[in-house]
Amino acid sequence: MKAMILKEFRELRRDKRTMAMLIALPILLLVIFGYAANFTIDDISTRVVGPGSEQVTAQLPDLFDVDADAAAAAQDTDGDTQTALDLVRDNKADVAIDTTTSPPTAYIDGSNLFSAQTAKGALAQMPDGAVTIDVLYNPDLTTAWVMVPALIGLILTFIGTIITSIGLVRERQNGTLEQLAVMPLKPSDVIVGKIAPYFILAALDMIIVTLLGVWIFDVPFNGNVALFGFGGAIFLFVVLGLGVLISTASQTQAQAIQVAMMILLPQILLSGFIFPLSAMPAAISWIGYILPLTYWVNISQGILLRGADLASLWPSFAVLAVMAVVIFTAAVLRFRRDLAPSSRRKSQKSSKAGN
Amino acid sequence: MSAWGARELTVTYGDTVALTNVSVDVREGEVLAVVGGDGAGKTTLLRALAGAVPAAEGEVNAPSLGSIGFMPTAAGVWRDLSVDQNIDFVASAQGVTGATLAERREQLLADTGLEGATKRLAGQLSGGMRQKLAFALAMIHRPPMLILDEPSTGVDPVSRVDLWRMISQAAVDGAAIIMATTYLDEAERASRVLVLDGGEILLAGTPADVMANVPGHVADAGQTTDRARSWRRGSRFKTWSPDEPVEGVARADDLEDAVIAATLAKETSNA
Repeated sequence: MKAMILKEFRELRRDKRTMAMLIALPILLLVIFGYAANFTIDDISTRVVGPGSEQVTAQLPDLFDVDADAAAAAQDTDGDTQTALDLVRDNKADVAIDTTTSPPTAYIDGSNLFSAQTAKGALAQMPDGAVTIDVLYNPDLTTAWVMVPALIGLILTFIGTIITSIGLVRERQNGTLEQLAVMPLKPSDVIVGKIAPYFILAALDMIIVTLLGVWIFDVPFNGNVALFGFGGAIFLFVVLGLGVLISTASQTQAQAIQVAMMILLPQILLSGFIFPLSAMPAAISWIGYILPLTYWVNISQGILLRGADLASLWPSFAVLAVMAVVIFTAAVLRFRRDLAPSSRRKSQKSSKAGN
Repeated sequence: MSAWGARELTVTYGDTVALTNVSVDVREGEVLAVVGGDGAGKTTLLRALAGAVPAAEGEVNAPSLGSIGFMPTAAGVWRDLSVDQNIDFVASAQGVTGATLAERREQLLADTGLEGATKRLAGQLSGGMRQKLAFALAMIHRPPMLILDEPSTGVDPVSRVDLWRMISQAAVDGAAIIMATTYLDEAERASRVLVLDGGEILLAGTPADVMANVPGHVADAGQTTDRARSWRRGSRFKTWSPDEPVEGVARADDLEDAVIAATLAKETSNA
């Protein structure tokens, strides 16, 4: 038995991925659940528009963090109902209070579930008649409405990273990647041929899950379908690129799954669709801002629930586009290197010339 | 007559030198067997000829990718595709279509005895059947050069006979065939043999040349006299001696003795 235990420890020591899961994962989970898993909102981004903005601002509980920027304040003083609605739609504030009405109307962004629940509760405790509450985009604060747009991204991430990497590593494990490398196929043909089916399947999944979300859970689709598809395509390139990258660093399907899980887990916990990013300490939330799912959640919830357009969502689109270019290019270059060593093509050419 | 091969080829994997200064050529209609122990460099040589690994030094003279038939160690068949689907995919990649494909499919299935298994998944085939399918895939486009990495390893004796029949027929049809094997009785059937050890050429030539060029000689003995230089063959022992044989006595009785003797001679000279 002693020999068996020793053997197991020796094997584990050399299995770096399992060691990472054994050591890094518990620490990651401890940090996330200790610091980040926080449903309590202490800070709600707020804008108050209209001529009485200063007085209303002064009456708000501390929880409401009114933008003190001078330009914003000047703009808000001149603003009206439409200004308040635009601020919420464009995700510039979780709460926008319109003082042109009597009493003032607090528009709450229902697509930001936890902030909305907290804001609604806090505003309801103000003296009677102080404000009228209007929850936009998700009036009943239904959890499914917020979850489904984010889940679409999670499903795409799952297909893009785990399924794609398994499919590619299978070629390596079965020895067929080597076979493909010596066939008269261009590396680009092999790469596109390998990735295209997963792209198509993930796109079909995206359509099915979106339709089911709308049909079963009555999730509204208030925005532009083409813009949603465009965002989905960019996001797919990012996650497919991650899948290809994982496959180039894995020799077996089990290794690929391990690495994919280590990429998937932070996306679930830190992208803001379960635990609000605004409730996390900055030391943790920055991780969320380098994860692609965070930006997909912005885009997906924005388009479906708020009917947001490209003008307000472009920062998320831009970040995802940069990620797509960098990750996908790196993945294709690494995969190409596996298929065709750089000097091979030269020697093949010279041999052709020689014959 | 075309000859493919490599000149003064050196291949490295990081800091590890897998092949050093290896020159080899294989001509149309001949079978060149590459033999050697584990880590000798057999697979690296074949992969370099197929273009799957780059040369650190030297040059490879191989036909274009579409003119190579390659069978990797791990068979290289798609396990989740049926026999027919494997043939369809490789034929399509190699540009074999229509009547030519139908004719090749019929012939290769008949040669490999896989006619009754066309709908079976490659992953469900026996080891021998899978190796024969892999050979059929390598042959589908009638390549002028066939590179086979241990095609008969782990294959039952009957399937080995079938594989050799197909390899010989391919050579008769004009293909230049280079194959790695761990079976020295198989290597004796080849036109020429290349013996590798530690990434270097130990011996090369026809099987007869290789046996004739062994340093020293191999003696047959009823029991072992020198453990470091003796090995068992059946119920008897063989012992290598660095001394020249008596005139008229063969240096080695067969290729297996020759390869073991050459390896011991190298170890002795390196000691």
